[in-house]
Amino acid sequence: MVKKLPKVDVVIAGVGWGGGIIASELTKQGLDVVGLEKGQERKTEDYYMVHDELRYAIRYELMQDLSKDTITFRGNERMRALPMRQYGSFLFGDGLGGAGVHWNGQTFRFLPYDFEIRSRTIDRYGKDKIPSDMTIQDWGITYDELEPYFNKFEKMAGISGEENPLGGKRSEKYPTKPMKHSPQMDMFKKATENLNYHPYTIPSANLSEAYTNPDGISRAACQYCAFCERFGCEYGAKADPVVTVIPVAEKTGKFDLRTHSWVRRVLHNKDGKANGVLYTDITTGEEIEQPADVVVLTSYVFNNVKLLLNSKIGKPYDSATGTGVIGKNYAYQVVKGAASGYFKDEKFNNFAGAGALGMVIDDFNGDNFDHSDVDFIHGGYLSLTQTGQRPIASNPIPKGSPVWGKEFKNNSLNYINQTLSVGAMGASMPYQHHYLDLDPVYKDTFGDPLIRMTYDFEKQDRKLANFTAKKSADILKEMGADKIDSMDELGPYNITNYQSTHNTGGVIMGADPETSAVNNYLQMWDMENLFVVGASAFAHNGGYNPTGTVGALAYRAAEGIMKYHKNGGMLA
Amino acid sequence: MADDGKNQEEKTDISRRKFLRNSGYAVGGLAVGGVLGGVIPWGTDDDKKNRTAKQSQNYNQALMFFTQAEFNTVDAATERIFPNDENGPGAHELGVAFFIDHQLAGSYGFNARDYMQPPFFHGEKEQGYQGRLKRREIFKIALREMQNYSHQTFKKGFTELTEEQQDKVLQDFQKDNVKLTTISASGFFDLLRSLTLEGLYSDPLYGGNRDMDGWRMRNYPGSQMSYTKIIEGEFKEMEPKSLRDHM
Repeated sequence: MVKKLPKVDVVIAGVGWGGGIIASELTKQGLDVVGLEKGQERKTEDYYMVHDELRYAIRYELMQDLSKDTITFRGNERMRALPMRQYGSFLFGDGLGGAGVHWNGQTFRFLPYDFEIRSRTIDRYGKDKIPSDMTIQDWGITYDELEPYFNKFEKMAGISGEENPLGGKRSEKYPTKPMKHSPQMDMFKKATENLNYHPYTIPSANLSEAYTNPDGISRAACQYCAFCERFGCEYGAKADPVVTVIPVAEKTGKFDLRTHSWVRRVLHNKDGKANGVLYTDITTGEEIEQPADVVVLTSYVFNNVKLLLNSKIGKPYDSATGTGVIGKNYAYQVVKGAASGYFKDEKFNNFAGAGALGMVIDDFNGDNFDHSDVDFIHGGYLSLTQTGQRPIASNPIPKGSPVWGKEFKNNSLNYINQTLSVGAMGASMPYQHHYLDLDPVYKDTFGDPLIRMTYDFEKQDRKLANFTAKKSADILKEMGADKIDSMDELGPYNITNYQSTHNTGGVIMGADPETSAVNNYLQMWDMENLFVVGASAFAHNGGYNPTGTVGALAYRAAEGIMKYHKNGGMLA
Repeated sequence: MADDGKNQEEKTDISRRKFLRNSGYAVGGLAVGGVLGGVIPWGTDDDKKNRTAKQSQNYNQALMFFTQAEFNTVDAATERIFPNDENGPGAHELGVAFFIDHQLAGSYGFNARDYMQPPFFHGEKEQGYQGRLKRREIFKIALREMQNYSHQTFKKGFTELTEEQQDKVLQDFQKDNVKLTTISASGFFDLLRSLTLEGLYSDPLYGGNRDMDGWRMRNYPGSQMSYTKIIEGEFKEMEPKSLRDHM
């Protein structure tokens, strides 16, 4: 027997960055919002024992329990998809704040090129530059239209940074000064300037100084303790939803946050409107219906797609014909085109750092350079980051040398504080045969089908990775490295080794209901009172960490939901 | 803030954790994350009080999972993976085999947070582990096979072999020269190697990295609260701290 609760204005499935931003914006304007989060409550006090690499980084303390839900994966449609039984390539967040708790805090804006990628590529290089199975499309919004929302996200989070000389126009400066520079960052800066590139300090959500945001939230400065990625911040210095937007929503008295609440279906009627959601209270097993005027899916990419497909909303994507939209344009990130340099006479404090500490150049990102003579489009940033090298995971050794025994020990102990890496955040283009759908065999803990990912690297990715590996090695050479190892071949996509938690697409935005699932307010074309927020809206993945763009889109969606609440109807 | 000598000792005795916790409760609400970090009394942790004067045994060094014979094999094998040398202690001295024993006895050994639902099919290596066996079962089988292989090849058990012979056995597992039906020899080797690194370098609370000597060997300072003062400077050697120092 399903328990039915009283109707509210808005119900949100998943309370991370997307859900937190929507909740804070709507409750501030007087709407009653219910937030359903399948994981547990989280707060800063949880992290006083957080400097524990084994527990958090290696055993995935903050990540979703895969025994309950995972995805299946295959490289192509001829293969049998098999479950991702253990973590590797990417990490699902879990609990209040979601993946927004364990991120590094590198907060970029996608380039103007990204939002109009198809038209701009054709304008400059002609139609033939785009392979026939590469399904890039414009996003239905321009950088200039999105700029105010980027700005809003950055002010809320207190992003520390300096202007990107090759980025889109900014209406305001970053709210806080750039992070401190370590000696290795200065080496990267000098080397890239010598090479006539345009270095700048990575925009950081780890605060460079104490900051009070427009909502009155005060946070302290980052301590460079080197435990960001895969960890929660014990100081609240790293912007995450739990220390920024969620308390704002809660203070209004309008936000009803329910943890341990696993949303399983969006309920909808014959008129094509959502009625609310069905969820399970996982502490009691009780099934509960939460009716609402507006439903917002703010879960991670895979779960947004899963909820739509399991609820039979929108037209599922069909890879044979390239028609349908739900599950379309899954994309990832090409990060392996990197290089490491060994400095025999210098030692660095590699153990210290912050998640978003580093220097970066955009000279080879987007369309900032001429692609006429290269076999790929787009690109990626190149950076030197200093996130803090922890001893279990970081044991750099020369390529081809033994991985155990006396020589390994000697090498790893000598190299650890004398090795620096430069790497790329390579953009990832969508293809007709890369997509998400429901797995026909494997189920989650409630018996609902898992999401199946069909994805592999393409020629575009291999060429791009070779290009960025070479550029990375050139920079290390200019920095004075005595010995450099760089990637030779990208190889097939492998789900077992960590690359990035930058999964995108599946519920993409656009200007045309035939080729996109949501409009530029992230409102479903097929269901006007359903909004789907997150990197699931990305029509491709850019050459940056995605969170800045996710945040901007969430503020845009919040504005759309308010408009819809007042006037109804399609917003675009 | 009053700073008379009488209160000094009591003040410095407040651990950072308690300080944060108490302040967190007091402030609550909107300030949740932040401002506290700025007023934390850096460097006032004094763990001398936590050390007992009496030397006590390390009761943690006993077995939860392995038999004594299995333990000895793991101890010898991990020492070959990370041997004692002029750089410092090896896996044996750092307690790596105890670490592995304790890990396999708990949720990690039972693959508690892995997706272990059937059906099981052989997959491509890009798809990751697809076996039905749990880590503790893999270890039991693999250690038995290592003994068998040692006897077959050298007519002695693994722990009785010379270092070169032990290396040969491990290499043959690493390169899948040993053909096993139930588990992957190289898969086991990779697991053993990962667990060795974890035992060398995890916080000593888990039973390895004895006295933080694994960290000392590579100038890793462990659990420091802040690097603000050194982040802009040259390389700095520091005495490591453990999570115990923050209790």
